[in-house]
Amino acid sequence: MRLFHNASYRFIEARRKAYVVSGIVLGAGIVFMTLNVVNIGSWQNYGVDFTGGSLIQIQVDANLTAGDLRDALGGVDAPPITRFGEESEFVVRAPVAEDGSIGAVADTIEAQLAAAFGEDAFEVVRTEQVGAKVGGELQLKALYAILFSFLLTLIYLAIRFELRFGMAAVIATLHDILITLGVLALFRVEIALPTVAAILTILGYSLNDTIVVFDRIRENMHKKGARKRKPVDLINQSINETLPRTILTSGTTLAVLSALLILGGAVIRDFTVVLILGVIIGTYSSIFVASPALIEIQNRWGLGKVGDKKKRPQPATV
Amino acid sequence: MFKTPRSRLITIILITGIFGWQLYSKGLKLGLDLQGGMHLVLEVDDPEGTMTVEAKADMIDRVDRIIRTRIDEFGVEEPLIQKVGGERLIVELAGIDDQDRAKEIVQRNAFLEFKLVLPVTDMTAALSRIDRSVVAALGIDSIRALGADVVASEQPEIVDLLFGGGDTTVTGEQVDTAEIVEEAPEEEDPLDSFQPFSSKLNMGDIPGTYLIALEDIPTVELFLAMDEVQRALPRDQALQWGMELVGRGARTYRYLWVLEEDPFLTGDRLETATAGRDPQFNQSQVQFELSRAGGRTFGQFTGQHIGDNLAIVLDGEVQSAPVIRDRIGARGQIDMGSGTPLEEASDLALVLRAGALPAKINIIEERTVGPSLGQDSVDAGRIAGMVGIALVVLVMMAYYRVAGILAVGALGVYVVLVLGGLAVLGAVLTVPGIAGLILSIGMAVDANVLIFERIREELAVGRATRTAVEEGFQHAFSAIMDANMTTLITALILFQFGTGPVRGFAVTLSIGIVASFFSALFVTRSFFLLYLQGKKASDPISV
Repeated sequence: MRLFHNASYRFIEARRKAYVVSGIVLGAGIVFMTLNVVNIGSWQNYGVDFTGGSLIQIQVDANLTAGDLRDALGGVDAPPITRFGEESEFVVRAPVAEDGSIGAVADTIEAQLAAAFGEDAFEVVRTEQVGAKVGGELQLKALYAILFSFLLTLIYLAIRFELRFGMAAVIATLHDILITLGVLALFRVEIALPTVAAILTILGYSLNDTIVVFDRIRENMHKKGARKRKPVDLINQSINETLPRTILTSGTTLAVLSALLILGGAVIRDFTVVLILGVIIGTYSSIFVASPALIEIQNRWGLGKVGDKKKRPQPATV
Repeated sequence: MFKTPRSRLITIILITGIFGWQLYSKGLKLGLDLQGGMHLVLEVDDPEGTMTVEAKADMIDRVDRIIRTRIDEFGVEEPLIQKVGGERLIVELAGIDDQDRAKEIVQRNAFLEFKLVLPVTDMTAALSRIDRSVVAALGIDSIRALGADVVASEQPEIVDLLFGGGDTTVTGEQVDTAEIVEEAPEEEDPLDSFQPFSSKLNMGDIPGTYLIALEDIPTVELFLAMDEVQRALPRDQALQWGMELVGRGARTYRYLWVLEEDPFLTGDRLETATAGRDPQFNQSQVQFELSRAGGRTFGQFTGQHIGDNLAIVLDGEVQSAPVIRDRIGARGQIDMGSGTPLEEASDLALVLRAGALPAKINIIEERTVGPSLGQDSVDAGRIAGMVGIALVVLVMMAYYRVAGILAVGALGVYVVLVLGGLAVLGAVLTVPGIAGLILSIGMAVDANVLIFERIREELAVGRATRTAVEEGFQHAFSAIMDANMTTLITALILFQFGTGPVRGFAVTLSIGIVASFFSALFVTRSFFLLYLQGKKASDPISV
């Protein structure tokens, strides 16, 4: 069996259409994030990991509804209550007092529930309490992590390939992360620590895909007669040659992730959704963003090399 | 060594065997999210931010040692206690049932002091000074807003009636005028009648105590916390709360003790402590034994103060204050009251043995996962993992036939290596960790796909079987290498910046990448060489 054998799609020629698609999606993402700032006060739905606060997950008797819980916790003033996975599981989120003991809020909520329904009507299955200070530090750390991995990737690719390959790869990755953040903003997916791990995994996956294509471009660049070929053709050929691998790998990964999504349980659902999204966007961007970016960089700034390097004899270039 | 397929195969079997054995003997530790437990992040209390970095680091070092000892004695299997950045301590306790109790063990200061109880009359002289300092600091309006009685009550006190503990309601009249002039010369007479503090004090029924009514406790606590009030206290004297609430008639009170400020002995002279039950009064108690030097001090002191009361103060609260009937040597006991379960006494004995924490410790992050949720996650993760792996196996075999089977074999080796590697490093498997594992399986599959696609290409341009396989591996190498390296970079950064679950993910991903590198480039290749053995250069292969 062979998929996309001897394919010869003209991907690069379609790049302007891809720019429009990416532009619309990116723009929409920015709109969603702005809407979030207006509606919920921050551009993403940060979880307690980042904002600090209390999270209590309880499993209740089947006949209790979110409404009952809300009544027990103070009606209109009740902290937000959401269903979690199964019918009978709920998550209550509440802020933590700036100077108070971080356990105090959770204890109060437990006491209120016990008073309303009795001790045996519910079971606390998970609690998370994060001080506001820790939360703030985490936001910074996540930002550092992403910037750092960009920088190191750029350096690595500049050494192993050329600087412009590194730049193109970073552009593509940035594109993927921004789109993912847009979708997260749209569905107001809670940003917790595992979500950040997922976003960074997307970064890795997207790079992986991009590098496979770039590796083929690098190889084709060094072939005999490559110098005389049009850069666009060379890149198109490289993408087409790696297409079977791209489809097979992405397909397999998506299949595994789907299994995880359907069977993996509620704890990792958000995490898996982000990864699936990332695989799709990453595959798209390695073809329609990273490779065109190479061409654009060359059109604008030449070969993206500086100073004395230009004087050296060049191998075949794209 | 790796020239022949046979020696390669032996190497693979050996390595797989070692890692498999490690996995089997050490087992895989599950994270808190998978087996339930408690995750705490502790920080030394430093509200004013005055502590130096070195002082903090030293403090957390000591806290680390003490908490380690406590938890070892508490009997938690394989606790994870880890310093972070010189100012924080992570404590992870897996499979804990009674989380409140565990938290108490970790957080309790267990600072034990022995202080002499002073007669109430020593304090009397200072009371009006305290009243005035409260008035001066807060102003009458805000004291009224607190609901504190401002004018001394003239009614007879219930406690006095019931027990005859004190002769009068305490007032400030005994203070000599010289002191008043010195302390507050500008104050006018009406202010003297305001007694926000002393009006809350009722004579206690034990020497050296006041009784504070339940509803007044917060107000008095607030007053005692004020610097002005602490300054107004007589030199070398302290007012400290009793541990428990006591019922007197229909009302509930708490003792406020008049003590010597400096302890004559502290808990660092404690040699050992054991919990027990006093058969005579059926109450829980902690018996302790002091060190030789501590015993000498204790004996000397108690010898000089026969007939006085000795307060045993734990974390700033008076636990009990027995009368010294005789010179006491190195042994003593702390009575905990009849209502206290033995469990609480043994927890106290435990923290006393392990030693006091050098400073107040704040919990700044706390996560608990009930065991049932953990089990659900494990089950779900296991099923999802199996289905995922089955899907990969199916796709590979359908698409690449024999080569696919070889790849599946290599992936099998890969799984053993990753899980064994996790066991060797003592890493814990968390839910994000499982996701990282699945992702790195994806990378391992990708490496194989890259190689096979390349072999197909080489075959398509008409190369002989053996050459095509060689070329396939060779050309796929650079892509696999660069892709794995960049992912490894990301994983290492995640490890550096991440905490808890994210770190687990980074560790699994890193191990996974190294293993996938080995599995694709060495194991798959060896299997291929075996497959090619005995085949002629032109024989077709199934890829």
